[in-house]
Amino acid sequence: MPTTQQHKPKYTGKRYRLDKPELLAPAGNLEKLKFAIHYGADAVYIGGQKYGLRSNADNFSFEEMREGVEFAKKYGAKVFVATNIYAHNEDIAGIEEYLRNLEEVGISAIIAADPIIVETAKRVAPGLEVHLSTQQSTVNWQAVQFWKEEGLPRVVLGREASLEEIAEIKNKVDIEIEAFIHGAMCSSYSGRCVLSNHFTDRDSNRGGCCQSCRWKYDLFEDGRSEQVWVSEEEARDSKMLQQFNLGVNQFPLFEERDNAFTMSSKDLCMIAHIPDLIDVGVDSFKIEGRMKSIHYVATVVNVYRQAIDSYMADPENYVLKPEWIEEMNKAANRPLNTGFFYDTPDHEDHIYEPEEKAAPYDFAGLVLEYDEESGMALIQQRNHFKPGQEVEFFGPGGSAFKMTVGQIWDEQGVELAAARHPLQRIRMKVDQPVRYFDMMRKKK
Amino acid sequence: MNGNKPELLAAAGSLREVEAYIASGATAVLIGEDKFGMRLPGSMTLTEIEEAVRIAHDRQAKVYVSLNNLMSNEILGELPSYVEALAEAGVDAVEFGDPAVLRAVNQHAPGIKLHWNAEMTSTNYATANYWGSKGASRVVLARELNMDELTGMKPHLQVEAQVQVHGMTNIYHSKRRLVRSYMTHQGRPVDGENLGLERGLFLIEAERKEEKFPIYEDINGTHIMSSDDICILEDLHILLEAGLDSLKIETLLKPMNYNCKVIQIYRTAMDAYFEDPEGYEFQEEWLDAIREVQDPERELSFGFFYKEQVY
Repeated sequence: MPTTQQHKPKYTGKRYRLDKPELLAPAGNLEKLKFAIHYGADAVYIGGQKYGLRSNADNFSFEEMREGVEFAKKYGAKVFVATNIYAHNEDIAGIEEYLRNLEEVGISAIIAADPIIVETAKRVAPGLEVHLSTQQSTVNWQAVQFWKEEGLPRVVLGREASLEEIAEIKNKVDIEIEAFIHGAMCSSYSGRCVLSNHFTDRDSNRGGCCQSCRWKYDLFEDGRSEQVWVSEEEARDSKMLQQFNLGVNQFPLFEERDNAFTMSSKDLCMIAHIPDLIDVGVDSFKIEGRMKSIHYVATVVNVYRQAIDSYMADPENYVLKPEWIEEMNKAANRPLNTGFFYDTPDHEDHIYEPEEKAAPYDFAGLVLEYDEESGMALIQQRNHFKPGQEVEFFGPGGSAFKMTVGQIWDEQGVELAAARHPLQRIRMKVDQPVRYFDMMRKKK
Repeated sequence: MNGNKPELLAAAGSLREVEAYIASGATAVLIGEDKFGMRLPGSMTLTEIEEAVRIAHDRQAKVYVSLNNLMSNEILGELPSYVEALAEAGVDAVEFGDPAVLRAVNQHAPGIKLHWNAEMTSTNYATANYWGSKGASRVVLARELNMDELTGMKPHLQVEAQVQVHGMTNIYHSKRRLVRSYMTHQGRPVDGENLGLERGLFLIEAERKEEKFPIYEDINGTHIMSSDDICILEDLHILLEAGLDSLKIETLLKPMNYNCKVIQIYRTAMDAYFEDPEGYEFQEEWLDAIREVQDPERELSFGFFYKEQVY
C-alpha cells in the first residue's frame, strides 16, 4: 500500500508552459518597474501612452519601455503592456503603428480586451504574445477554448471565476490562465460598468473610470413592501429625508444611523491560499495596482515571491508565515478578502463602514550603499525621517529588522536634525547589514 | 439612404406583451429566459418562446432570443439542447456576448442567426466585423456611442447594426448580490424578500439628489439602470438616413401601455419618413404623446447621442 501523503491538493490542474507560476506585478512607471522586478516579480505589466485603462497613471514612453525591458532582462523578467481599452472608431487608425513599436522595443506580450487589438497584433506584430484581458470577463471553459482557437496562449479570467471553475477550465483547455490574486477589484463584471460615463461623462472603458462604485448611495423603494423600516410619519418628519425629492409612494430602506449603500468591494488578498492557487494550476499570479506606490508594490511582491518559492520548494512542509500576513497589512489600502475564489462575496466583503485611508506605513528611504566595516549606509531620502524615530528595513527575500534612527549626516558630513529634502543622500549607521535597493519604512 | 425599411424592435416579457407590441407596430421582438438572457422584462419558457414565434410569424414579425449572459461552466451543458430547441422553434436569431454561445450555435444550431450584443463593450465597427467573420450577422451597438460614431461606422460595417432609440439602459452589472449584502449589513432579514424588477428599488447618489437609479437583483446578479430614458424620436430621421438596420425600444421596467404608446409613436414617425423621406418633418405632437405617459421623475434625454465623453 502506498503511504498516505500529508498534502492532499483540494484542486488539481497543471500549468501550461511554466514550471513555476509566474508572479506578475504592476508597474506604474519605470522606477516601480525596477522595484517590482528587484523584489521578485517574474514579469511586470505597464501602460503606454495609448490604449490603456489608466489614463491617470504616469504611463511609459517607448524609450522608457526600452529601458524597462533592458532592466528586466538582467533579471530574466518580462514586460507586458496593457492595451485593454474597448476601442472606438477613432482609436482604430493608430493601433498598427503602436503595436509595431511595442514589438520593436522588446515588449513580450500585450494584454488586450478588444478583438480588433487582438487581431491587429497577430497580423502586424507577431512577436508580441497576446493575452486576453480580464475586461472580457471570461469565466467559462468554452469561452477560454474559443480564445485558444483564436491563437491566444493566455487568458486572464474574470474575477468572478471560483477555484472550482478554474479547475474545470484547466482540465478542459490547455492554455495559460492568469488570475488576479491581490489588489483592488471592480465590483461589477469588468467592462460592464459605465457609472463614470453617466456621472461624469468620463468613459470607463477607455481609462476614464472615476470609481463611482466607491461613492455613497441611499437605497429607496417605490411602493411599500410588507416590512416597514421607516413609518410614513417618521418619513414625513425626518429632516434627513426632506433633502430627497421623494414621491408619495417612495420610502427609504435605511435609517439615519445606517451606513450608506455602496458597491465598494474589499481588496483581494490570497496570501493565505497560495497552495490552492498553485495546485489548481494557475499559470500567472497577478497583482493589481499600476497606480499604487513603490512601497506597496515592493512589499506585496516580496511576500508572494517568498510564499510561492516556499511552497514550490517543499509543498509537504509548507507553512503560511504570520509575518507574511503582517507585511500585507503594512501595505494594505483597504480591508482584504478572497473575492470569488471560494464563494460569492456577501455583506462581509463590501466596505460600508467609513474607509480607513491608506496604508499605515510610508516608504522613508532607499539603501544606495552599505559599508560592512563601519556599518554605515548611504540612504536616499524618500520621505521625512529623523533621529529617534523607529524605522524598519526590508529587502527581497524577507530579510527585515527594526531599529531606531541614530545620528544622521548629509554627504558633506553635516549632521542633520531631520531628513527633509526629497531624494537627499543621507548617511546613517544601521543595526544590521543592508543591501543596495533595500527599503526603509516608517510608521505614519 | 437605405432601400429597406429598418425594423422596429421591442423587448417583451410575456406572450401578452409579444402580441401587444407587434400590434402596436413592432416588427421584431426580443425575448428569452433569464437563465440565458440578461435584463429581460420577463422570463419566458421554451414553450412560451415557441408560441411567441407562432404569434410573431403569423404577423410577419421576427423573434430574437437573448442568450447574452456571461455564461458559467455550470450552464454550458444546457446550451446545445437549448439552441437546438430554439432552432426547432424557428426563432430568427439569438443575441450573444459570450463566445461560448457562439460556439454552441455554430456547432449545434448553425441555422440560427447570431446577433453580437456585448452591451457597453460593442463600441467600434472593426470589432463588429470581427464577430461578423465568426458568424454574427448583426452588431448591437453600445448605448454610450454618440450619433457621429453610430452613423460614421455604418459604411464600414459588414454586419447589420442595431441601436437603441428609446428607454433605459444598464449602467452597472455585478455578479454580487449587492442589495442583499447591504440589507444583511444593516441587520435586516432578507430571506424571501423580493429584490427583483417588481420591487421598485432605486438608488440616489449623495451628490445627485434628483436622479433615481433603478436597481434590482436576479439570478444573474445585481443590475443598476440609468436614471433617464433615451428618446431620440426628434432626430430619428438621422438614424434612418444613415441606414441603421434595427431600432430598439427598451421596455424594461415600464408598464405595457406605456410601451405600446411609445412603439406606436415610433412606428408613426418611421412610416411618415418612408412615405416621403424628403418631405419628412418631425412632429412635436408625437413627442407630446410620449411625454403624456412618461414618468415625470425620469427625464427623456438624448442619452449619449450628443455628449462628449473624455477619458
